[in-house]
Amino acid sequence: MAVTGAVMVIFLLAHMLGNVKIFFGRESFNAYAHGLRTLLEPMAPYRLLLTVLEIVLVVSVVAHMWAAISLARRARKARPVKYVAKKSQAGGYTTHIMRFGGVTIVLFVVWHLLDLTFGVVNPKGFDSTPADRMIAGFDASRWWVTLLYVVAVVMIGLHLRHGIWSAFQTLGLANRARYRALKAVAALVSAALVIGFLAPPLAITFGVIK
Amino acid sequence: MNLTLKVWRQSGPSDAGRMVTYRVEDVSPDMSFLEMLDVLNERLILEGDDPVAFDHDCREGICGMCGMVINGVAHGEQRATTTCQLHMRHFEDGATITIEPWRAAPFPVVKDLVVDRSAFDRVIQAGGFVSVPAGSAPDAHSIPVRKEDADDAFDAATCIGCGACVAACPNGSASLFTAAKITHLSLLPQGQPERLSRAKAMVDQMDAEGFGGCTNTGECTAVCPKGIPLDTIAQMNSDYLKANAK
Repeated sequence: MAVTGAVMVIFLLAHMLGNVKIFFGRESFNAYAHGLRTLLEPMAPYRLLLTVLEIVLVVSVVAHMWAAISLARRARKARPVKYVAKKSQAGGYTTHIMRFGGVTIVLFVVWHLLDLTFGVVNPKGFDSTPADRMIAGFDASRWWVTLLYVVAVVMIGLHLRHGIWSAFQTLGLANRARYRALKAVAALVSAALVIGFLAPPLAITFGVIK
Repeated sequence: MNLTLKVWRQSGPSDAGRMVTYRVEDVSPDMSFLEMLDVLNERLILEGDDPVAFDHDCREGICGMCGMVINGVAHGEQRATTTCQLHMRHFEDGATITIEPWRAAPFPVVKDLVVDRSAFDRVIQAGGFVSVPAGSAPDAHSIPVRKEDADDAFDAATCIGCGACVAACPNGSASLFTAAKITHLSLLPQGQPERLSRAKAMVDQMDAEGFGGCTNTGECTAVCPKGIPLDTIAQMNSDYLKANAK
């Protein structure tokens, strides 16, 4: 969970920084999207590095889900008889919504790819520039799409608030002296990602970017 | 104090079990939780009923025998307290109290609130020891130990193996118990020769017993009557990963 989660967090940080380019105009954003496909050119053919990264991501997502499902199955087997009354004592609701959050995020990613990558559910379709798809996708008339993104991105933020420090704990890198710092970093990175990811869609919906 | 108890009654391992409601009257607020159950049991015996079976031994909070889930919390809501040291003054007069045994597949119910915690013994047997040359006792100062290490090792060593961590964990994981035992030995010079093999053997035994996996929820340390810190689990993970990398 920790290693695959770390791969995805690094991806999310890069993805978020890329998205912010929409604030510098359509050309800047399109150039960034094109640049992703021509990374390492001319040494490597078109889209080679991007395809490799996509494969690493898909493997991470599948391995992360496999780990989560096997943990949940082990947990169910370890407690066949449930408690009549059970009260949580550890502070923090984020740990208790990890599985629910994970399912929400998977469903969101499916919609997200159909929307902005393949253009299936996007008004501009696949034969358009990335910036056109993005700006048309979050048009004020499609406010419910923006709302969907807000809910999903907040869910990712909550998932990472527990996930980031938890990864350090799992890898044996945490200790009493580091807990405060690790939890602060987790909260900071989660907040940065939520703000960075929500800024472009909200700016488009409210007409700041046209 | 007058109380209503909802207690898990199960006549034996093969019985399905059920919650049974009892009234307990004239409970002194100075009684411990176990003494309150003693009052109930005396009455049940006089009435020719079967008394509620529960584990207990020292009643001083140091043996680890007692333990039940009280109102949904292992050892009750009082922090860092075993059931025997939990006093009735923490409850309201007229309250309804739910009492259940530890719930975990590796801890099968023997009777009522008594569970079989032999799984913990097998985890200890797998590696919770140090191999030392036998003979006369060494001088106390013959092996220097850093003060910080001695303190942390002792914190971990205070684990009484009651099983509250397993009972509280939403995954039914025994990570805090196993981590306490591993950390206690791996921080001391005497524990170094077997450090990695110990971590591997004990974690593998813990998994083989059917405990769940740790997802770092922190429920265990919150209910631990000895306040074993969560970073013992990071220590265990670190040793276990190193053992597997070898």
